[in-house]
Amino acid sequence: MNSQNGGALLQAEHVVKYFPIKRGILIQREVARVHAVDDVSLEVQRGETIGLVGESGCGKSTFGRSIVRLFPLTDGRIIFDGQDISKLSRRDLRPVRRELQIIFQDPYASLNPRKRVGQIVGAPLAIHGIGDRNERKRQVQELLEKVGLSPEHYNRYPHEFSGGQRQRIGVARALALRPKLVIADEPVSALDVSIQAQVINLLADLQDEFDLTYVFIAHDLGVVRHVSDRIAVMYLGKIVELSPAEELYERPIMPYTEALLSAVPIPDPRESEARERIVLEGDVPSPINPPSGCRFHPRCRYATDICTNLEPPLVDYGNGHLAACHHPLNVDKETLARATVDERRSPAEADEGAKPTEPAQRAR
Amino acid sequence: MPLAARSTPLLEVKDLRASFRTEDGIVRAVDGVSFTVGEGEVVGIVGESGSGKSVTMLSVMRLIADPNVIYSGEILYKGRNLMALSKDAMREVRGEEISMIFQDPMTSLNPVYNVGWQIEEQLNEHYELGKGRSRRRAIELLAQVGIPRPEERIDDYPHQFSGGMRQRVMIALALSCNPDLLIADEPTTALDVTIQAQILELIKNLKRDFGSAVVMITHDLGVVADIADRILVMYAGRIVEEGNKEQIFYDPQHPYTWGLLGSIARLDRPKARRLTAIAGQPPSLINRPQGCSFRPRCPQAFDRCRVDDPNLTEKVGDGHLDACHLSVEDKQTRRDATINPELAETG
Repeated sequence: MNSQNGGALLQAEHVVKYFPIKRGILIQREVARVHAVDDVSLEVQRGETIGLVGESGCGKSTFGRSIVRLFPLTDGRIIFDGQDISKLSRRDLRPVRRELQIIFQDPYASLNPRKRVGQIVGAPLAIHGIGDRNERKRQVQELLEKVGLSPEHYNRYPHEFSGGQRQRIGVARALALRPKLVIADEPVSALDVSIQAQVINLLADLQDEFDLTYVFIAHDLGVVRHVSDRIAVMYLGKIVELSPAEELYERPIMPYTEALLSAVPIPDPRESEARERIVLEGDVPSPINPPSGCRFHPRCRYATDICTNLEPPLVDYGNGHLAACHHPLNVDKETLARATVDERRSPAEADEGAKPTEPAQRAR
Repeated sequence: MPLAARSTPLLEVKDLRASFRTEDGIVRAVDGVSFTVGEGEVVGIVGESGSGKSVTMLSVMRLIADPNVIYSGEILYKGRNLMALSKDAMREVRGEEISMIFQDPMTSLNPVYNVGWQIEEQLNEHYELGKGRSRRRAIELLAQVGIPRPEERIDDYPHQFSGGMRQRVMIALALSCNPDLLIADEPTTALDVTIQAQILELIKNLKRDFGSAVVMITHDLGVVADIADRILVMYAGRIVEEGNKEQIFYDPQHPYTWGLLGSIARLDRPKARRLTAIAGQPPSLINRPQGCSFRPRCPQAFDRCRVDDPNLTEKVGDGHLDACHLSVEDKQTRRDATINPELAETG
């Protein structure tokens, strides 16, 4: 498996994260589980940007945080740069954490209001004992410049900055240790559109300059398409489609992806009117009791009996485009015949027999 | 006001100013804003955070209780000046005539009462329907905004609803007294795209079924492309461009509007290498820059912009107003290169 994935910086294999729901005051017992991430396998190649999209509660942030081991996994393995980090102790994780950093969504909540910018951005350096005081100050000021702030901001407090500037501080902090992989968890969704564009351009420049690999988590498909090389679509704790970025937009296979794409508002009144908009009924079901079979079937307009009963495996349609669906869209008979079940990424019980046999037909 | 000429508008705001006294000086949050909203019309107000869009509409509702606010101007609703109304008279206008929904549906509902109680309270305040009838009406309203099993959900508390469902409850609450004007302040910003699409569809249907006028505040031009009839673009407390949606999207006149359009990562266009961000930050509203407020961020600025503050005037005709010194010809030649330099390069 390793020779095949020589270029992968990170491999997540069958990652599972359940959060227990406990009842009882003295004797706590587990009454249910939130299936936040349920058997997700994904590899991240060096230098690429992989986008993770899906609605709130689909597990994209939990998966992102599992990658950096912000909490222990329920099951599965994370291999970073050739090393299995899924069972490392806190102490052993330290050197790994230098190379794995995260940028958070809310630039208001993720910066300590009592600390000065210099302390915030310098904290990772101090924790890892890099340089002396003066050296750290020099490095922080250099970083501030790199992210488009001024070195004089060193002694200011977060409240003196706007949302976009705060996010730049968060970016500077994440880059302080010169990491290899950066998880950007909704880095622009709290910002105005005009400021979003600034931060996105900044992240692209920094990627070139520092050779970064990004896992970019967002719910805005326009933004994700702009930054990503490949995109993974998640729904209720599973990856339901994985594809090169442009292909996902031109030729979505999973009906959920189709619906997500059609929900994005288009800033063009005529096109917006002409477009067929698939309005998904209802909300994402509870991850405590996910639906049987294909988890999307209660909201899917193509669903049939098989979708209720059998979980679809991830099927490889060629060109790195995978999807988990019994009624694939935009696939002709030939491609379908050539397609194979991806056993490595699919749940263990999946087999070739579960492969879809014919393209989608509108059932309702 | 070309549209006002057709008939008396539902809402007419004349030279509205709202300033806040702060320790650092006077913040001119809204600085001379005039516009109209016709009956059944959907008006989008677009601009960045701090451009004064919310303060403008909160002023219309007279919802700013801050003792340090200084107002001037007129707000005429069906010909009545709301600025001159007593508190009690204004209470009657709110909810019954004009109602408002907010960005964050969690903080705008009361967490300790079930949603039925909250809707019924409003109905009884305005109509005194009595227990049974107000409950029936509340269930009807929840059904209208697309909440499944309304007869059961009416006894649920806000935390038992998802974000999208809570926003529906807010809309039901806002519609309970059949207002003629609904103000929606970033109603979908906190929601997923799929849920955003549902809520926008709902607001569109309201316009169709009830004939309510809607003022929709947003920072995302994509959101109003579909539903707005007319769009106001605000910057630093003023309107810098006003026009119908065709004019704003296909013939935008103000470089700030160009910037907003260029910032969007669009799905309907080939992928751009870089987005056209608007450089810098919105200006301080305490010390407004000399001349045009957008000048420090404007790639098109020239000498005159430094000294002369442009007024909102009609230059291209047809009710399309803008506040920019560039000539119409100059705008035409520079616009495409500003909104999408890569597309312009390749022709």
